[in-house]
Amino acid sequence: MIDLDDTDRAILRELVADGTLSAGELGRRLGLSQPAAWRRVRRLEEAGVLKGLAVEVDREKLGFGVTVFLGVKLATKGRVSLEDFERAVQAIPEVQVVQHVLGLFDYRLRVVARDIADFERVLRRRIMTLPGVGNVEANVLLTEERRPGPLGVAETAANP
Amino acid sequence: MQLDDTDRRILRHWLAEPGQDRAVLAERAGVTPATLWRRLDRLRAGGLIRSEGARIDWRALGYAVEVSLRFTLDKTNPRAFDEFIAAAREVPEVIGIETFLGRVDVRLNVIARDMGHWTGIYRDRILTLPHIAEVEALMLVATIKETGGLPL
Repeated sequence: MIDLDDTDRAILRELVADGTLSAGELGRRLGLSQPAAWRRVRRLEEAGVLKGLAVEVDREKLGFGVTVFLGVKLATKGRVSLEDFERAVQAIPEVQVVQHVLGLFDYRLRVVARDIADFERVLRRRIMTLPGVGNVEANVLLTEERRPGPLGVAETAANP
Repeated sequence: MQLDDTDRRILRHWLAEPGQDRAVLAERAGVTPATLWRRLDRLRAGGLIRSEGARIDWRALGYAVEVSLRFTLDKTNPRAFDEFIAAAREVPEVIGIETFLGRVDVRLNVIARDMGHWTGIYRDRILTLPHIAEVEALMLVATIKETGGLPL
């Protein structure tokens, strides 16, 4: 695991806000030389801390007015059915995120659709026909906000 | 702002893999690099691209636990959503806040270093948030797919 100093955390905060910043611009903002900023970014990339860009688009303007999170419970369990389900669900183009979880559901899916009618089509034809699928709960996304996370502010102390 | 097929093609390939080399992206989208830059700039100026932030892998920073917390709020209080969200923003380990129409009102994405750390956050920072009627936790085992790609 990589150790971060305050400068690393400041770099991460800047890059979370704008991942396209050049090393030169990053250096200017933080009072580092361009090569020093570059070396630090490179180190964070090599440690796997920075893993690409999260591009946020105006989905509505692009014609995708509806985002739905699905909680999926599998009807039958066992290694084979998990693998079959995962393979099939990943191939659905409207499914952006697939997470295997523990709790009330087995999987969380993020699904985009043009409108509610389009979502119903995806749900009936693609999701409900997945191998092993059981209970499905749908919640329509209204707003979402990415937070910077514990980068520099006081973290919550561990339980003694 | 009107989108044509070239814009849609660029977005389809770019959103599926935003980190890819721009020359490769131009080739996949069937345009010259100069056209690619011009089109992306136009999409940014038109407000279609809202942000391009770096994605952080919290596991690489030692945050081994990620939990999706689903809340229903006490809606008899008209300020419940606003006050809950404002308080959740104060918790550093909250990395995402989403609101919903459905059985779930709000979801928080919370990270912790380990189960001991998680227990502390849950007890001291989460259960103390205002207007909670019900809370359920889903513990992340693995992310199988994660893309911002759209079937354009």
